[in-house]
Amino acid sequence: MCLGIPVKIVEIKDQEALVEVGGLKQTIRTDFVPEAQVGDYVIVHAGFAISVLEEEEARETLELLKDADVIP
Amino acid sequence: MLSLEPREVLSKISKMGVSARFMEVCGTHTVSIARSGLKKLLPDSVKLISGPGCPVCVTAQVDIDYAIALARQPGVIVATFGDMVRVPGTETSLLEARASGGKVEVVYSPMDSLNLARAHPKEEVVFLAVGFETTAPLIARTVQTAKAENIPNLSFLVLHKLIPPAMRALLALKEIQLDGFILPGHVSAILGSKPFLFLKEEFHLPGVITGFEPDDILLALFMLVKQKREDRADIEIQYRRAVRPEGNPQALKVMEEVFEPQEANWRGLGIIPESGLALRQPYWDFDARRRFPLKIMGSREYPACGCGEVLRGVISPQECPLFGRVCTPDSPVGPCMVSSEGSCAAAYHYEEHP
Amino acid sequence: MKKEIITLAHGSGGRPTQDLIERHILPRFDSTPLKQLLDSALLECSGRLAFTTDAFVVHPIFFPGGDIGKLAVSGSINDLAAVAAEPLFLSASLILEEGLEVEELDRVLESMSRTCKEAGVALVTGDTKVVEKGAGDKLYISTSAIGVRRQIPDPQPALISPGDAILVTGPIGEHGMAVLQARESFFCNLELQSDCAPVWPLIDSLLKAGLKINAMRDPTRGGLATTLAELARESGLCLQAEEDKIPIGETVRAACDMLGLDPLYLACEGRMVIILPKKNAEKALTVLKGHPLGTQAMLIGECLEKPEGVALLSTRIGGRRVLAPLSGEQLPRIC
Repeated sequence: MCLGIPVKIVEIKDQEALVEVGGLKQTIRTDFVPEAQVGDYVIVHAGFAISVLEEEEARETLELLKDADVIP
Repeated sequence: MLSLEPREVLSKISKMGVSARFMEVCGTHTVSIARSGLKKLLPDSVKLISGPGCPVCVTAQVDIDYAIALARQPGVIVATFGDMVRVPGTETSLLEARASGGKVEVVYSPMDSLNLARAHPKEEVVFLAVGFETTAPLIARTVQTAKAENIPNLSFLVLHKLIPPAMRALLALKEIQLDGFILPGHVSAILGSKPFLFLKEEFHLPGVITGFEPDDILLALFMLVKQKREDRADIEIQYRRAVRPEGNPQALKVMEEVFEPQEANWRGLGIIPESGLALRQPYWDFDARRRFPLKIMGSREYPACGCGEVLRGVISPQECPLFGRVCTPDSPVGPCMVSSEGSCAAAYHYEEHP
Repeated sequence: MKKEIITLAHGSGGRPTQDLIERHILPRFDSTPLKQLLDSALLECSGRLAFTTDAFVVHPIFFPGGDIGKLAVSGSINDLAAVAAEPLFLSASLILEEGLEVEELDRVLESMSRTCKEAGVALVTGDTKVVEKGAGDKLYISTSAIGVRRQIPDPQPALISPGDAILVTGPIGEHGMAVLQARESFFCNLELQSDCAPVWPLIDSLLKAGLKINAMRDPTRGGLATTLAELARESGLCLQAEEDKIPIGETVRAACDMLGLDPLYLACEGRMVIILPKKNAEKALTVLKGHPLGTQAMLIGECLEKPEGVALLSTRIGGRRVLAPLSGEQLPRIC
């Protein structure tokens, strides 16, 4: 099962990070996101961060929808 | 999250006036669609079909039987994600094997299997490596760690499957007519969009990589109907907040180091070349099949079980003659009814049926 | 100092058994029938009675917000409350595993005593047995309870009518998640208390306000979804809940998101689903919110004629889906 919820990194130590969501903290592996910094949001799969979230990118999809308004 | 009302997106989809059938190939999409009641909100002209997106469901019967046989070996602890536990094999399931004395431990991260092996040095721990490209890199990293830390009593039954080859095989069968794909979010977070370009090049079909919220899926559907209307066949990313076109290079590198592609046996699709993974030679010591060369005899699927057709999208779960009568979540005949990501389980739990 | 533990001798029926009863059990419960130590408790009561029994095997036996003792007493009281019966008498059988620390047993007994007082019920009879190490999991408790039915007609699914309102007395899933965390330690810092509590005083306040209740059920194993599905099936009506009206605490929601669990299937041990005529719904909500056990009560849906026998959920995006009963185990041994 894929978990869509982004979690926030609050601490990084070696290949592990402490992440938080809704006040809950969990330890995850950061092997695949070496670029991740404290404060970043990541997507987690079975205990591993697999992607660092980019807020900017999300907006582009919305832009695309606005374009669609010209369609009757 | 996204600040657009689902109703607005739905109305935009309707206004396109496009008639189309789209397939999702991710179990979490299947569940999200069913749980939100999305199908019935769409115009009648837009149909959604579930494909081979549930890792447990596409696992061949003989492989499930192998896992169960392992759990029955004295001195063996089978470590697995929870989904696999109730899946019926030919004779029995891991759950029943555990009830009659076999050792089966549910883990939440593959890394937990390292601790399990350390905690039981006199026993053999076998991890059931089931999953698509999202899970395979995690297992690969765990295998590397087991090797680096020299953990002798841990091995892996590698049953990984790769999504793009299965999609190609499915399309080559020409059993169903499709107008595009809702592409998996986290598989794509690892792979990027490139491995799906064959859809455009070989089949002139569009695909949109999307997230798991119903809102995400609605946006992806909008993007798909728009492509259809414009007669385009591009691989687009709706789930930009998590997916880059190039995927996750670190994860791909680790997966490549540990695994090599090999043919795999899919329920419903049979043997597909280069659609699975095998441990590379330096990691053979951690291959459960080499460590426990068990002969599995007489594996067969329940006669009339429609899981194969359901996984290929040829029939809907409700069209299976066993659905809801012989086959229910409490006494499942096939894996699609038992896995939390199975399309039969989703249909049974969330959709209205007589 | 060496920790005192339960041994097979405590189950022998001889002096150690007597010692256990006289030193650890009797002083904690203010109950004449219990202190008489007869083979049966001698009771006085008359009227329309309700009688219920339940077994408790939760693992671990202590969890944030409760323990197996509080759970066992609350469980039987809540089953009585679900038929609007005022709990009067309780029995408890304790199955102790050899090796249980006496200090742990004391804590459980203390908690049982406190819960009895809260709900105004008397422990009138009981039993203890000891099993060999490995034959149990520290402590199992079975409780039975007798109560007096306070509403005519008795609340039951057959009374549910189309148009009735569906209420839940508080946020769901807190017991299930608290026990899961106690068992698996998924999170480094989850500070979630089980909702485990005897809900009779809350139900009593509704009855005292003269509000007629058509049906009630406590959403324990299988959670809210299973309870609604059962009530729909038993009443032959459709119970429809609205996703965004169901009270779910922030912590439970975040934990479910992170674990991929559905909060609608997590157990509660101190909540009640209440179905009553729509005209009484607002008043009932006010009464519930005025009681400490019901401050976060919500009106979550209504009963419809069709589709028959099915519970439905209106989803946030405007869709509709079935709420099926839980199949298989989501979490083992939560109560």
